[in-house]
Amino acid sequence: MKITFDWLKDHLQTKNSENQLIEKLTDIGLEVESIENTSDLDKFVVAKIHKSEKHPNADRLKVCNVDIGEKKMIKVVCGASNANEGLLTIYAPPGAIIPKNKMKIVITQIRGITSQGMLCSESELNLSDESDGICELKQNQYKNKIGKKYFTKNTSNLIDLSITPNRSDCLGVRGIARDLSAAGFGKLKNKINKIRSKGKQRVSIKILKEKNQGCTIFGSCLVTNVQNTESPKWLKDKLISIGQKPISAIVDITNYVMLDLNRPLHAYDADKIKKGIVVRNSKKGERFKALDNKEYVLEEGMCVISDNMGVLGLGGIIGGTRSGTELNTKNILIESAYFEPRSIRKTSKLLSIDTDAKFRFERGIDPISIEDGLIKSANLIKDICGGEISKIDIQKTKRYKEKNINFETKLFEKIAGFKISNKKILDILNNLGFKIKVNKNFLNLKVPTWRPDIEQPIDVVEELVRIYGYNKIEKIDPIKIRSKPTLNKTQRLFHFLQRSIASKGYQEAITWSFTDSKVNDLFKSNMKDIEIINPISSDLNVLRNSIFSNLIMYLNKNLDRGIKDLSLFEIGPVFHGSNPGDQETVVGGLRSGKVSRLSWVEKDRNVDVFDIKKDVIQTLIEAGYSKSKIFIDDQAPNYYHPGKSGRIFLSKEKDKVAAYFGEIHPNVLKKIDIKTEALIGFEIFVDNLKKTKRSLKDQKKTYRVSDFQKSERDFAFIIDRNFKSQELIEIISNIDKELIGGVNIFDIYEGENIPNDMKSIALNVTIQSMSKTLNERDLEKINKLIIDTVENKTGAKIRS
Amino acid sequence: MVNLKKIKDEFLLKLNEKLNLSEINLIKTELFGKNGLVSSEFKKIGTIPEQERKKFASDLNIVKDELQELINSKINEIEISEINEKLKKEKIDVTLPERSFVQGKIHPVSQTIDEISSIFSEIGFNVEEGPDVENEYNNFTALNTPDNHPARDMHDTFYLDKNKEKLLRTHTSPVQIRTMKKDKPPFKIIAPGRTYRSDSDQTHSPMFHQVEGLHIDKDINMSHLKGCLNYFIKEFFEVDKIKMRFRPSHFPFTEPSAEVDIGYEIKDGKIVIGEGDKWLEILGCGMVHPNVLKNVKVNPEKYQGYAFGIGIDRLAMLKYGINDLRSFFECDYRWLNHFGFDPLDVPTNYRGLSR
Repeated sequence: MKITFDWLKDHLQTKNSENQLIEKLTDIGLEVESIENTSDLDKFVVAKIHKSEKHPNADRLKVCNVDIGEKKMIKVVCGASNANEGLLTIYAPPGAIIPKNKMKIVITQIRGITSQGMLCSESELNLSDESDGICELKQNQYKNKIGKKYFTKNTSNLIDLSITPNRSDCLGVRGIARDLSAAGFGKLKNKINKIRSKGKQRVSIKILKEKNQGCTIFGSCLVTNVQNTESPKWLKDKLISIGQKPISAIVDITNYVMLDLNRPLHAYDADKIKKGIVVRNSKKGERFKALDNKEYVLEEGMCVISDNMGVLGLGGIIGGTRSGTELNTKNILIESAYFEPRSIRKTSKLLSIDTDAKFRFERGIDPISIEDGLIKSANLIKDICGGEISKIDIQKTKRYKEKNINFETKLFEKIAGFKISNKKILDILNNLGFKIKVNKNFLNLKVPTWRPDIEQPIDVVEELVRIYGYNKIEKIDPIKIRSKPTLNKTQRLFHFLQRSIASKGYQEAITWSFTDSKVNDLFKSNMKDIEIINPISSDLNVLRNSIFSNLIMYLNKNLDRGIKDLSLFEIGPVFHGSNPGDQETVVGGLRSGKVSRLSWVEKDRNVDVFDIKKDVIQTLIEAGYSKSKIFIDDQAPNYYHPGKSGRIFLSKEKDKVAAYFGEIHPNVLKKIDIKTEALIGFEIFVDNLKKTKRSLKDQKKTYRVSDFQKSERDFAFIIDRNFKSQELIEIISNIDKELIGGVNIFDIYEGENIPNDMKSIALNVTIQSMSKTLNERDLEKINKLIIDTVENKTGAKIRS
Repeated sequence: MVNLKKIKDEFLLKLNEKLNLSEINLIKTELFGKNGLVSSEFKKIGTIPEQERKKFASDLNIVKDELQELINSKINEIEISEINEKLKKEKIDVTLPERSFVQGKIHPVSQTIDEISSIFSEIGFNVEEGPDVENEYNNFTALNTPDNHPARDMHDTFYLDKNKEKLLRTHTSPVQIRTMKKDKPPFKIIAPGRTYRSDSDQTHSPMFHQVEGLHIDKDINMSHLKGCLNYFIKEFFEVDKIKMRFRPSHFPFTEPSAEVDIGYEIKDGKIVIGEGDKWLEILGCGMVHPNVLKNVKVNPEKYQGYAFGIGIDRLAMLKYGINDLRSFFECDYRWLNHFGFDPLDVPTNYRGLSR
């Protein structure tokens, strides 16, 4: 909502300054979004073309000597065909800003001739749509004003307010003035409600009583024998001052009344209405051409204003071209009606129409303002266009039900936390337009008709705090008591994993929850697309099924930036359905490139599966899961390299997958066109990790270590090539849990001296007793037991 | 006697020559070996007449000690000089680069969430969460924003079905609804998380982060709200003084509603919070609307309280001098490294919020 202080003063008597106004507006909840300095318009001056010659280097341009009221003439290059000698026009000097396109004028060379400014068209100054040629000012009116400012009335700045959706009453200047006066900022002036009317309104108006009829009151007034014309300067200036474009007197007047009183009106050419107006619900398929020059096909049940020939307009939203006023219109029917917000909203959404009238009706218009609007507009039309005003006709299908609220004043303190006197309460409510009956324990309040948002006592509290001042609210310092833990177990795990992964050299990324279905396809396995009906762009059209869908693209962008060795991770939601809760939290990480690239001290190598396996396992162990229970197999989804990937379970029972890890499938790299030496990834499924009920203090076992001598023995077994080392370690560990403290594989060998389909695994076993120092015989015994067990259980042979 | 003195003098002379370790060891054997000269003298003690025996033994011990000491110090000397010799050869250029390492980082949004959680933890809030996909009821209707409410227009919502029943939550406020439905009052929660609106330009991103706050009890009023936010803002920006302004506003789910501005100024091109006469909007809040409480079966006659919603990304931008909202989600490795935080830098009450 745009206003100026000058316009506000039409309704408000005040001695305060504009700065005080701006502060007050914000204080009462009418937030000042911006202040546009209209003094920019001061730069435009009346000028006379003294001489006009063809541009030596351009056929269509003219070089004008322009009199701008200074001693010296200036030169302006102009392309307008009407830039002729003697013309009075409007000149924009260097530094001026053209209202239409916000272009700043500078001194410039045009085909070799210096142009010191610009001569303006009406369109460029937002005076009209006329863009053919420059302004032609009337000789008798302007010949003595050369060099004077063209815009005279614009001393007041343009104030742009952000009006919240509940405050429809402030979508008109008078409503804002009323609110300001209630807050003690000046006195509200009385409104004019005299009308010089004669005769009956003779266009018949009928509202059909239908289900869900969107129009409940239709007020109208006929002005006959008018001469539509250009608006007078005061009216043009007023509209221009808030950035609106004057069109013709009739249109400007309806706009002006809407902006001034927040009362949308519609003007019909009464002679184009065939046999009276019927307000009714539309039928499916009805068509009409609206004033925005678009043809609309209607659904059933939209509120239309119609006549014998069909639809004239969509009530409260937009009029039609068939009955629009023109410069030669003789008789005008002014409509001032009440439309239900719900109906307006539904229709405008279905047809995607947004107009100033729609914006106001859907927020709720004062039903009692119907007459005010007719009076003000009819009087103005008569003043400007002449003619005769008929009596006002009002058709109603529903009586307006006034709202009553019983308000206990103690509610104020209960909510606001401080006290104000009853007198103050009464003053504020009175000034806001409430009608008050004082009862013993409460106030009976009749809510002003222009406040559809006030429905219950709490709304009254807001009005009181708002006007009295939010700055009066005290501060009570918070109490530092905690009765519940801040984070639950899952949240703590989330937090821990996030920092644990980062501590392994990964940079945390945050990417969109939605992604490109084409990339997502590579990672979604057998899940279905979860489409967004209205995506922001076609490459963000589905919810991600995998943490990799976005991460891999961003990794690739970083590769494109020339960064080769990357470790990125994200912790966040991935989705497996479109219902609330069809999501799980995943930590996903990707590593590319090499380890120790360009290092003088170590030989570089590509990152590999065992790097990332280490990251995952270490993280899980740090998070409290037992290494000895972790179980791994080689089944990973199809976006991993089938031979170089695996699954991690927290126990041998394999109930839920804790994580995947592995090399990313070369096909994926090929499809996304990723160029890197190596790309490996992991996913940890946070929701699949069991949260132990016991806290850490209960989990710690008794501390038990052995101080007896420790022995180590090395073994090498020749074993089936496909035999999993995990199983071999398990077999050996289980031989004697008391004695065998650790099993480490230190070499894997295939090739010469080893039969085909076999491999050699060399391992080191730590043997230590809790109760004695083992002698050679004890050691020999366990040695033999290890060899026998492994050979028996696995078919392996000890390598001699 | 003569023998002892002879041995002593002879070997003192020998040992004063320049010897290497093996030569000294040879001498050592010559003297103290099984049949060494000194060892042999000790064997003689038994044959010495009673009256001379004591003196002989004493003299012998003196000679032994003297020689032994000299030998030991000679050995020690040589060992030290050998180490010194070795050290001289082992001098390396320690200014050569260390073995390569990679430093991981925590995203500024995550760090900010932890900072926020830490502050609210201190004053008794616990963290709740809700799903990113919400139903229309929790996101709008239950929050007193019925279908025909123009406030819905302010939320450019992503929908997942044609009937517009399933959507990506436009704010964290549905967590209020979920929490209050699930438990019984009092409630004192914050709910940080991802939120979505189909809006994208310099200052808007289709995904962003909010933290919701909700405190419902028997007598929680606007003074508590103001006190709580004042505390939060001061703690968060780690300044002693802040300028805060409550401004009336409108949210369908709070009444009265307010927007909160903080005072700032620009000093040397950097934003300084808490001083100056410029205002910056940082959050929206208000007293939870009785209609919302009714919708979740909490009696508004008995319980009341406040709610607030804060843009996390914006807070992070202000605190850490980040200019472009969209850069948060572009995953530029250099940006992440520059604005990210060390994973060990966990914001806590006792250690402080940030370094």
